[in-house]
Amino acid sequence: MIKIVKRDQPSKAIFFFTPVLAIFLTLLAGGIIFYILGFKPFEALKFFFIVPIADKYGFSELLLKATPLCLIAIGLSFCFKSNNWNIGAEGQLTFGAIVSGGVALLFYDQKGFYILPIVILAGAIGGMIYASIPAILKTYFNTNEILVSLMLVYVSKLILDYLVVGPWSNPEGFNFPETRQFSDSARLPLLFEGLRIHAGIFLALAAVVISWFVFYKTYLGFQMKVSGFSLKTAKYAGYKGKKMIILVFLISGACAGLAGVGEITGPIGQLHREVSPDYGFTAIIVAFLGRLHPVGIIFASLVVAITYLGAETAQIFMQIPKYTGQVFQGMILFFLLASDYLLFFKFKFIGSKK
Amino acid sequence: MHKFLIRSFVSSLVLLFTLTVAAIAKDVKAAFVYIGPTGDHGWTYQHDVGRKAVEAAGFKTTYVEGVPESADAERVLRQLANSGHDIIFTTSFGYMNPTNKVAKEFPNVKFEHATGYKREHPNVATYAARFYEGRTILGTIAGTMTKSNVIGYVASFPIPEVIRGINSFTLAAQKVNPNIKTKIVWAFTWYDPGKEAEAAKALIDQGADVIAQHTDSTAIVQMAEKAGVYAFGQASDMDKFAPKAVLTSVENNWGPYYVDRVKAVANGTWSQKDTWHGIGDGMVVISGLDSQMPNDLQAKVKKLQADLASGKVHSFTGPIYDQKGNLMVAEGKTADDGMLAGMMTYVKGVEGDIPK
Repeated sequence: MIKIVKRDQPSKAIFFFTPVLAIFLTLLAGGIIFYILGFKPFEALKFFFIVPIADKYGFSELLLKATPLCLIAIGLSFCFKSNNWNIGAEGQLTFGAIVSGGVALLFYDQKGFYILPIVILAGAIGGMIYASIPAILKTYFNTNEILVSLMLVYVSKLILDYLVVGPWSNPEGFNFPETRQFSDSARLPLLFEGLRIHAGIFLALAAVVISWFVFYKTYLGFQMKVSGFSLKTAKYAGYKGKKMIILVFLISGACAGLAGVGEITGPIGQLHREVSPDYGFTAIIVAFLGRLHPVGIIFASLVVAITYLGAETAQIFMQIPKYTGQVFQGMILFFLLASDYLLFFKFKFIGSKK
Repeated sequence: MHKFLIRSFVSSLVLLFTLTVAAIAKDVKAAFVYIGPTGDHGWTYQHDVGRKAVEAAGFKTTYVEGVPESADAERVLRQLANSGHDIIFTTSFGYMNPTNKVAKEFPNVKFEHATGYKREHPNVATYAARFYEGRTILGTIAGTMTKSNVIGYVASFPIPEVIRGINSFTLAAQKVNPNIKTKIVWAFTWYDPGKEAEAAKALIDQGADVIAQHTDSTAIVQMAEKAGVYAFGQASDMDKFAPKAVLTSVENNWGPYYVDRVKAVANGTWSQKDTWHGIGDGMVVISGLDSQMPNDLQAKVKKLQADLASGKVHSFTGPIYDQKGNLMVAEGKTADDGMLAGMMTYVKGVEGDIPK
């Protein structure tokens, strides 16, 4: 007989094992889905997860795709660790892109080494401003940050729509919804000739290092951890909860804003209606898959990034519908949440004889 | 003898190889990049119908659906160009800059961009359809069939393409019924069944008894069916989704153009151009007319269709006035393509302002 028993303490080994298990189960379920759809499962999985990154260019595209996911997820982990549910990273990304894009347009056709840093900074500030709205409403008016931050995503997209259709649209662009292409002085430099991977990756790596330091080496990190376990304990210990809520939201917003900067001053080079294919939402999966640990998030962002690339390759070479990429992302989160059950419960085999 | 055998074997291998290469080179492969799902029964669906026509003509095709206009478009294009495709059709405006960027790197691959204006390299062509001609016909029908004299119009984005459609529609409706008003709701989306249905409902609540649309889903005609008002199908024949409401549809018929261009690549006669075809060239097709339309209206529509095709009638024939009463096109003149391409003012009879 098998009995399910509650663990006395969540298992540390299983804590880091379940993401791997979730990925394995996703691959298994994906293979079964491919089989049911009439595709050869192993070939399909090969085109999904191996072919896209088999060459130098493919690998650079993987890093390009993972950069914003990693950056946003790092930011989100500050919020999630401390029990602040910022679901609106997509909005903070968009608003960061708006502010930095506006600055880039302001410097249109100008040269100067100082332009790019200002553009980047503007993006971070834009993201922070936007993240401060749900933070302030939560701390002073006790609103639900999940709802506020989520709703603000749609507001930011409407603001972007308004700007690219109207006042910021390209004067030579026949009123199509896009701005001018930014000047080179406002673009992130490319790292290699012929590849799209850009200097934004250093921002992501810096975020990884800084977050690791904050989480594990500072008093703030400890406060966040305690608040994450129990808000009451944190209050009892005398931590200034309000200040911390605002701080983690600001960090999270800055990271999302920087991800937006990376997209528009990197591969896109202008503002238009679709600066992000919902990176802000996908990064939530990345953050949890990476267990809110900086190193885990690096791996998680690579795994999730490949589902985007793989979906394209699988459609081009095997005519598998591209939307299966989203199915994979959904499955990863689903299996992760499901296998978290093992964190708190264990199976006990009980022999028949007494 | 021994050497001779080996040599002839090798040379026959080489010959075989060259022959295969030549055969492969003649096999033109076409790729299509779609903004939406092929099952949207609108914009993307019709492009995919065109792709199937290319297949039927004996060419291999590939497509990628749901490609966002973000940084991802460039990667998809590069991958298609890299994997042996000779001609790539990019079927949404937002692919304009990525198309031109990737075209520069692959001078031997032809690129065809729909609805854009940039042809920065000799291997980039652009194409679009004169949908406004179809809307002249819809306007004629709407102006005749309305009883409330309020016509609703669900618009997507305030760009010349859409403004031109609203104007063409309104001008035609006014011609048969000077009392009509066109009310616009901007959905700010090309494809979002929920939003589109809401927009249609808002217009019906404001008294519109005929709804036109410049968005891609079937939600609007279905909403019209429920509310018992008339509507028109967009991009594909939407009659089966709302048999009572849909009076006719304006279909985007890309097939002939696609087959033509892929064949041109195969024959080596492909060259850069800017195509803007209408009813006359068969790129814009009017579906079957609903039997609820009186016979004289049906006859009138048929004649108008023939006249638009032959060029005897132009959708924008003066005198045309804007909302403030300023003359846009003088009597006896027609709007030229330059004016049409940049049209950003409403004609008289359209209610409201263009969102700025």
